[in-house]
Amino acid sequence: MKRLSWLVPFLYVLFLLLPIYWLVSMSFKTTNEILGAFSPWPRTFTFDNYIKIFTDRTWYSGYINSLIYTTVNTVISVVVALPAAYAFSRYRFVGDKHLFFWLLTNRMAPAAVFALPFFQLYSAIELFDTHIAVALAHCLFNIPLAVWILEGFMSAVPRQLDETAYIDGYRFWRFFLRIFLPTIAAGVGVTAFFCFMFSWVELLLAKTLTSVAAKPIAATMTRTASSSGYELGLLAAAGTLTIVPGAFVIYFVRNYIAKGFALGRV
Amino acid sequence: MARIALDGLRHSYLPQPQRPEDWALKQLDLEWADGGAYALLGPSGCGKTTLLNIISGLVRPSEGRVLFDGVDLTDVPTDKRRIAQVFQFPVVYDTMTVYDNLAFPLRNRGIAEPEIKAKVHEIARMLDLDSALARRAAGLTADGKQKISLGRGLVRSDVNVIMFDEPLTVIDPHLKWQLRSKLKELHQRTRRTMIYVTHDQTEALTFADKVVVMHDGTVVQVGSPVDLFERPQHTFVGHFIGSPGMNVLPCEVHDGTALFAGHRLPVQNPPKQPLNGQRLEIGVRPEFVTLAPEGLPVRIAKVSDGGRYRVVEALHDSQRIKLLVDEDASLPADTAHLRFDPGHTRLYADGWLVS
Amino acid sequence: MGKTENQKAWFFVLPVFVLVAFNALIPLMAVVNYSVQETFGNNVFFFEGLKWFEEVLHSDRFHASLLRQLAFTGTILAIEVPLGVAIALSMPRRGPWVSVCLVLMALPLLIPWNVVGAMWNIFALPDIGLLGRMLNGLGFNYNYTQQPFSAWATLIAMDVWHWTSLVVLLAYAGLSAIPDAYYQAAKIDGASSWAVLRHIQLPKMKRVLTIAILLRFMDSFNIYTEPFVLTGGGPGNTTTLLSIDLVKMALGQFDLGRAAAMSIVYFLIILLLSWIFYAAMTREEGRS
Repeated sequence: MKRLSWLVPFLYVLFLLLPIYWLVSMSFKTTNEILGAFSPWPRTFTFDNYIKIFTDRTWYSGYINSLIYTTVNTVISVVVALPAAYAFSRYRFVGDKHLFFWLLTNRMAPAAVFALPFFQLYSAIELFDTHIAVALAHCLFNIPLAVWILEGFMSAVPRQLDETAYIDGYRFWRFFLRIFLPTIAAGVGVTAFFCFMFSWVELLLAKTLTSVAAKPIAATMTRTASSSGYELGLLAAAGTLTIVPGAFVIYFVRNYIAKGFALGRV
Repeated sequence: MARIALDGLRHSYLPQPQRPEDWALKQLDLEWADGGAYALLGPSGCGKTTLLNIISGLVRPSEGRVLFDGVDLTDVPTDKRRIAQVFQFPVVYDTMTVYDNLAFPLRNRGIAEPEIKAKVHEIARMLDLDSALARRAAGLTADGKQKISLGRGLVRSDVNVIMFDEPLTVIDPHLKWQLRSKLKELHQRTRRTMIYVTHDQTEALTFADKVVVMHDGTVVQVGSPVDLFERPQHTFVGHFIGSPGMNVLPCEVHDGTALFAGHRLPVQNPPKQPLNGQRLEIGVRPEFVTLAPEGLPVRIAKVSDGGRYRVVEALHDSQRIKLLVDEDASLPADTAHLRFDPGHTRLYADGWLVS
Repeated sequence: MGKTENQKAWFFVLPVFVLVAFNALIPLMAVVNYSVQETFGNNVFFFEGLKWFEEVLHSDRFHASLLRQLAFTGTILAIEVPLGVAIALSMPRRGPWVSVCLVLMALPLLIPWNVVGAMWNIFALPDIGLLGRMLNGLGFNYNYTQQPFSAWATLIAMDVWHWTSLVVLLAYAGLSAIPDAYYQAAKIDGASSWAVLRHIQLPKMKRVLTIAILLRFMDSFNIYTEPFVLTGGGPGNTTTLLSIDLVKMALGQFDLGRAAAMSIVYFLIILLLSWIFYAAMTREEGRS
């Protein structure tokens, strides 16, 4: 039985890869082939769909927009979450436990419902259709997550490290940047990864808060599906390309992903 | 209860060991008598945990056999070997009570509840755990948890040997002493074979009747604490055991007498045949070096307080020699002469005692 | 280890507090505001008190979508948690295959949600999709755009595909944190592999499983994009989960007051259930 236990993860990975395979294979087919006969792999192999995406501004600017607001959001989330997580892991203060739970509750808010108020809010402060608007809006669920993961990593660092540094005459910020941050570098990496991931995959708020200038790639795709007919091949190619940045990022943090959540506290 | 023999044991964690340093255990033949209290002593990385895991069956040796009462158990899995082990970090089943923890090994072996109950209560009394039986094991302190780990071995009547892998690592210093004497007491009451792995000489010497000293994958000496102190078989033993450790001085041998920096030093074991080409050393413990009107001339470099005596560090040229003097003895200001007790001054070749 | 009392710590938390509060409290206030008013367009609002709440709590439509939501969340939790744990248990504990497995398993988590929906939409199409073709080829009468049962099965398969890896990652992290000594001690104590699971692995995984269940619970209650792209709530209303219903009501019918009241009720339900779960798990820890 022990011999066959590799079969379980193997079958699971196979199950995961099947729909992805179908998407990728479809992206190399012509529209005629897709809509014509069923074919398990591309018979007339074509790059046309990809060429179209890389040469048409409305397409590739979507990727650039998504990457911009995702990166900005990741930076904001990690930077403000660092001192907060330090405070939660090291100090007791009035309302700390309630604040922590309140932060987590923001993941429970139904984003679908908040879409309209978000639109009104960001229109009112004249940030509608900017990258920063999406980056700020995604802070709603990414900052709590970042605080949560970082707090776990920081609590795993013994307090003696802080005390020794203070005795050695370090000022707080110098200690924090020079000693503490390098110690939890893996945690910062994991946190950044999760922030990137959740900002990258979210569409509802991103779509609501943008129209042209900062429109995310995923929104470009939905528009294509409805306006310019049913160009499945193009849609599949665009979808395939949205997997690439995530796959790239996950490769770099593969050894830390599992740890990231394990150390977070409930 | 069984006599354990290790026969021609060698082990490497690499699939194809080539160089000598690829072997975690180099060559080992050893016998553990039934009912003995043994300590396995050596610095970190000397192979003692590997040896322990080979006896318990968690590691299969690359070469050699493990025999219990003459029966080859090398390929028998851990649970069939009838052994118990206490690990460095306490292992308890968090979700169970202390009682259920102690009963767990018996229940797994299908023993009837009334018998389990009697046995668990008996062992809990022995370990002073009877008042905690109904509590969750997770809530106990580290020493309590280590007692439970030990108790899970003691409740089983079939256990051949109980092994301890540095069991006091996470115990508070003031409780270490208590738990150590508890172990000694339990050994005397139960007469189980116990093997205690440690890198702490005090723990080893106070617990064991016989100490096995390991160094670099080999056993360098097996002996009683007195043997190790008075007759070290290897300069490593002299160095590692005793505080401060044995003085080891490079020397030459001419016509059967040992010379250190041109001075004749009579030794307890003069060589019977020539020792050409080997690294020769003289070993003498600081306890057996005294100040004398004449002998090896030295300069006194440093004096430090060691409790009932003082440790003097003397220099002959650049060779450091330590000796112990009484607290109230007067010391010469600058230069002095040293005498080495010939009964306790020994000659070593390539680290090993010359016989 | 005791933490030091330090009220200045609030300064460290302040940026987080301001940013999150800005995004959470202002829209929440807007929603609360809608929920007590009636509008007939042209930005004219009338105060209605708790009328919408009463209506929502007694409406069949709300009950139906809540029921569908509970069925959905219950089903995916019942599949994803045991499946995720089983996969984590059968994964090798070390070796080169571990990172390959983890990277491949994390892939679905990194795909934008509407792409997940679109991917399954074309994957499961009965005429040109691989899954649809295979199922019909095997003799099943499968068409998720027409049959409620097929639609539900596809929706659940998609969520299992999308999110089981999160449970696997968490459970695997919990498992790899168990020191080898526990397994060795269990071997020595003669424990069966069932006993190892029951007394070592599950208890040690409890904390990460709590996180996994909480996250899956909260996120599945808020699920919108994937089912919207996959089935659009259909056929009919059969896969209209709470969020889809809310958006239909708020944007499709511009019934803001009712939608807002419903979303508050629904937010409170998530909050209550999460809190009960959270409290139960932490009290458990306090006792041990």
